Amino acid sequence: MNLRLLKKALLRLGFWCLIGVLLLYAVFPFYYAIVTSLKPSSALFEVSYWIANPDFSNYAAVLSQASFLRAIGNSLVVALCVVTLALFLSLTAAYALGRVKFRGRGTVLMMVLGVSMFPQVAVLSGLFEVIRALGLYNTSWALILSYTIFTLPFTVWVLTTFMGQLPHELEEAAIMDGASPWVTLTRVLLPLLWPALVTTGLLAFIAAWNEFLFALTFTLTDTQRTVPVAIALISGGSPHELPWGLLMAASVVVTVPLVILVLIFQRRIVSGLTAGALKG
Amino acid sequence: MIKLKLDNVNKQLGGARILRDVSLEIAAGEFVVFVGPSGCGKSTLLRLIAGLDSICGGDLLIDGRRVNDLEPRERGVGMVFQSYALYPHMSVYDNISFGLKLAKTEKTSLRERVLKTAQILQLDKLLQRKPKELSGGQRQRVAMGRAMAREPDILLFDEPLSNLDASLRVQMRNEIARLHDRLGSTMIYVTHDQVEAMTLADKIVVLNGGRVEQVGSPRELYERPASRFVAGFLGSPRMNFLPVRLQTPGETSLVNTLVWGITALPFDSTNLAAGTHLSLGIRPEHLSLKAAEGTAGVVVTAVEYLGSETYVHLDTRLEEPLICRCEVSAGWKAGDRVELLPDIDNLHLFAADGTALKRHPHAIETLPDGVLLSPARASAL
Repeated sequence: MNLRLLKKALLRLGFWCLIGVLLLYAVFPFYYAIVTSLKPSSALFEVSYWIANPDFSNYAAVLSQASFLRAIGNSLVVALCVVTLALFLSLTAAYALGRVKFRGRGTVLMMVLGVSMFPQVAVLSGLFEVIRALGLYNTSWALILSYTIFTLPFTVWVLTTFMGQLPHELEEAAIMDGASPWVTLTRVLLPLLWPALVTTGLLAFIAAWNEFLFALTFTLTDTQRTVPVAIALISGGSPHELPWGLLMAASVVVTVPLVILVLIFQRRIVSGLTAGALKG
Repeated sequence: MIKLKLDNVNKQLGGARILRDVSLEIAAGEFVVFVGPSGCGKSTLLRLIAGLDSICGGDLLIDGRRVNDLEPRERGVGMVFQSYALYPHMSVYDNISFGLKLAKTEKTSLRERVLKTAQILQLDKLLQRKPKELSGGQRQRVAMGRAMAREPDILLFDEPLSNLDASLRVQMRNEIARLHDRLGSTMIYVTHDQVEAMTLADKIVVLNGGRVEQVGSPRELYERPASRFVAGFLGSPRMNFLPVRLQTPGETSLVNTLVWGITALPFDSTNLAAGTHLSLGIRPEHLSLKAAEGTAGVVVTAVEYLGSETYVHLDTRLEEPLICRCEVSAGWKAGDRVELLPDIDNLHLFAADGTALKRHPHAIETLPDGVLLSPARASAL
């Protein structure tokens, strides 16, 4: 009996140790970034793990830069456009792929999956040509287009899976009620897909928000840059100085909204990722 | 008046023939039940009528108009699904009014119609609830309300009661019957439950392997099944089948029954050869038992007590045991030896291909001294 209790206690201890390690691994870099951002540059290289006397000068400096604010605005516009566009396209695609039986459906799905395997670098030069040809270079549209291309395979797959799980009879009931495919999609299926839409939309948003390579390649001027590039290009007073405090403050400013978004939608995401089935 | 007519309707799905040359006429206001084992095509047939599946060959006519290529909403049919398929995010009111809204019904008459439908189905107090807040029977009623709201001429039911528990099923069955009386609309109902079929139907259509086996009133089907399949499908416990051999063909057949020796039966077997294997069908309630003396008769192997009646299983040394439905007071026990007395008016004789032999109307009169011949007398014939 005692042995069993001991075993149970040890198991629990091990479990929490593991969680501690995971937490440390995931959260510590972010935590240290916050700590650093709250130090004046003079105290930057003193190792300390606690925030002793917070100093907000870095934040003030970052937020007073017009180009940085502009970059946040650009990022927001780009990410929101990508989410809207990707969700609309993938929802309609998922309706066809998940609901309609047609020849070559499996092939299309495999192709969509295949496309998502290309590394960004592999298509970078080709995409650059395309964007030049379309006259989109150094505009937000270049980023919206390229991010949508890379987000779509994922969103299509996820939504197709969810769509496939909705009961068939629901759609047939709508048909009997005289609903067109568009009405069926928007008024019957869409309301049931909200959790899935929130999940995929959020993931698409994060991907677009954090993207660096395309943003660096397809934009040139300060007015068009997005946040990741803007942060990378923050420079100090001299070429030999990296302004860590500023960088960390900017990173925190950029990351915190994401964390908040995820926390808000956390429950939706979980229910979206697990429960797709619904009971009539 | 013929409301709906199926003319040699065929359905194929990936090479498999699901329905073969189904022809059927359904009168206005009739309650028709499609019944058959799973995979017999009954649900497919319903979906063809609804317009959810397309017809591969043949014609479907509603009010004399060919509707093969019309959309479901243009056919004037409403359907109740097995899983109800209510819109989970809409209230009862919205569920019922969805079709009306899509049909661009004017607002006041829409409200009126929804309220009227709700009243018929006793849903008045539940209109603002969501489907998840309803019980099984209430959901079932909402599903019916949704199908009824657009006032279709034909209502289709796809196994609507199979998700309910037994007592609720009986209750909903009665409600559907009452609904049919009140609305007077044509109803087509698919089920595999023969009790539902027998109690609800004006006309039963028995399907087997994509073919119509027999169409008729419940009573016709039960008392005069056209085939061994129909005979075995309707009735519980099912009809007993005894392998027999035709001794002398004729308007009255002499048949060697193994259990009763050679017996004269009122069936026309003129075009069959002597020696043909036939199968004799007897329903459990058409057998009566009498205590046998000594080692005569057959042995009771088991007795099932059901309260109102008992099922007595008998070992006849044939393929399957015979089942006899007896009164409880008879008090048979396993191990008893009994003699079997069939009710000659209610026997059925089936040819090897399963079709029922035609009953000879006057055969009984030609056999004045009883229905059974002793083996000795039969051999003298």
